[in-house]
Amino acid sequence: MADTAEILSGLAEIVEEVAGIDTAEVTAEKSFVDDLDIDSLSMVEIAVQAEDKFGVKIPDDQLAELKTVGDAVSYIEKNQ
Amino acid sequence: MTTFRLPPSVPGARILGLGSSQPEHVVTNDDLAQRVETNDQWIRDRVGIVERRVAQDDVSLVDMAVEAGSRALKDSGLATADIDTVIVATCTMTAPIPNAAAQTADRIGISAPAAFDLNAACAGFCYGLGAAADLVRSGSARNVLVIGAEKLSDWVDWDDRSTCIIFADAAGAAVVTGARSEDEIGVGPVSWGSAGDMANVIRILEESTNKLHQEGQTVFRWATTRIAPVALDAIAKAGLTPADVDVLVPHQANLRIVEAVAKKLRKEGAREDMRVADDIVHSGNTSSASIPMALDHMRAAGRIRSGEIALLVGFGAGLSYAGQVVRVP
Ligand SMILES: CC(C)(COP(=O)(O)OP(=O)(O)OC[C@H]1O[C@@H](n2cnc3c(N)ncnc32)[C@H](O)[C@@H]1OP(=O)(O)O)[C@@H](O)C(=O)NCCC(=O)NCCS
Repeated sequence: MADTAEILSGLAEIVEEVAGIDTAEVTAEKSFVDDLDIDSLSMVEIAVQAEDKFGVKIPDDQLAELKTVGDAVSYIEKNQ
Repeated sequence: MTTFRLPPSVPGARILGLGSSQPEHVVTNDDLAQRVETNDQWIRDRVGIVERRVAQDDVSLVDMAVEAGSRALKDSGLATADIDTVIVATCTMTAPIPNAAAQTADRIGISAPAAFDLNAACAGFCYGLGAAADLVRSGSARNVLVIGAEKLSDWVDWDDRSTCIIFADAAGAAVVTGARSEDEIGVGPVSWGSAGDMANVIRILEESTNKLHQEGQTVFRWATTRIAPVALDAIAKAGLTPADVDVLVPHQANLRIVEAVAKKLRKEGAREDMRVADDIVHSGNTSSASIPMALDHMRAAGRIRSGEIALLVGFGAGLSYAGQVVRVP
């Protein structure tokens, strides 16, 4: 199982691949939509890749709740 | 013992001609923004559509099917008398009886063909092409006209901004004939299936508006994860590799889905210079018409050449999906 730091860096790589955002920008307090300018469809692609990478399920209704990078990291950490 | 005689079979099938038809009336994103709360940039970003064509009251689904079918027949060089089977893939007839295929055939001037409609929604053309290729190969048909025709505007809720921005009207067609030798085979085996457990994510709301409803994000997730594997399976079934594909023509559902599928295929070995259909930009999502129309438009624009390998993959309501590789006529 991945620890918090590993999840954050793994997630940052996914965000970079899907949305072309530098991994250094992807920090816990950032909001996906407001700070990183990621839209709801890119969020779906990020969720799908995160599911594969961390062995979690992120259904659409859950996904809508994950506002910040930190929200996503703790969701993955709890559910992996 | 009595034995049945079957018609002689041929090695396979190929596409001999293509055609398409779109109504004249253009609807821009700004036009839609006058009716629902949306804007040009949002639509371009989320679905990649700049404008679409919408049939007015004086253009029927069958009108478009007739025009596309006639053009494909002309392109094939065959005569009306050569066609013995007509398949119309459609999910948007406003009345189920009579079917579209028989009247379309009659208006084109094809006399007494086997004629049937096929509903596999946005996968309809690839289903129809798969069926046509096997009918030809088995000897049940000599030349099949396969048409995808949709007047989605009859079923769109023009006040629902999550669907009215996407769908449009058109028809696209192909003539399928027999391959005389293995070298001539131009339609690969179909890879197809369905996911009826997700039937409710794209449906007509019979209990209320009687209009089309979709759960956009669920559909997006399904399409961006499940369709590339279907495409890869179609390639493998034909004995090819992803690098053999010259042009990718996925159903034009949403440009973001098209790009996601292309990206996945490139990860599996498809070439960087593989061309990817983007007909949705000016045509919208036309369901079963989108694949043959995109092929026809790309060929007319010189973006694909005769003999090149095209990978087709359709997917949509049902949910249903189908794909095959073809040689561009
Ligand atoms: C329909 C689709 C474009 C909607 O995009 P989405 O990102 O899922 O949209 P959502 O419903 O999550 O809405 C995201 C936001 O955009 C808004 N929005 C929805 N439609 C909008 C529109 N036409 N214009 C402007 N804003 C819109 C929503 O209100 C929401 O805003 P909020 O976050 O402030 O509440 C998208 O889901 C899609 O294309 N899915 C695939 C569908 C498809 O291909 N179907 C054909 C299959 S054959």
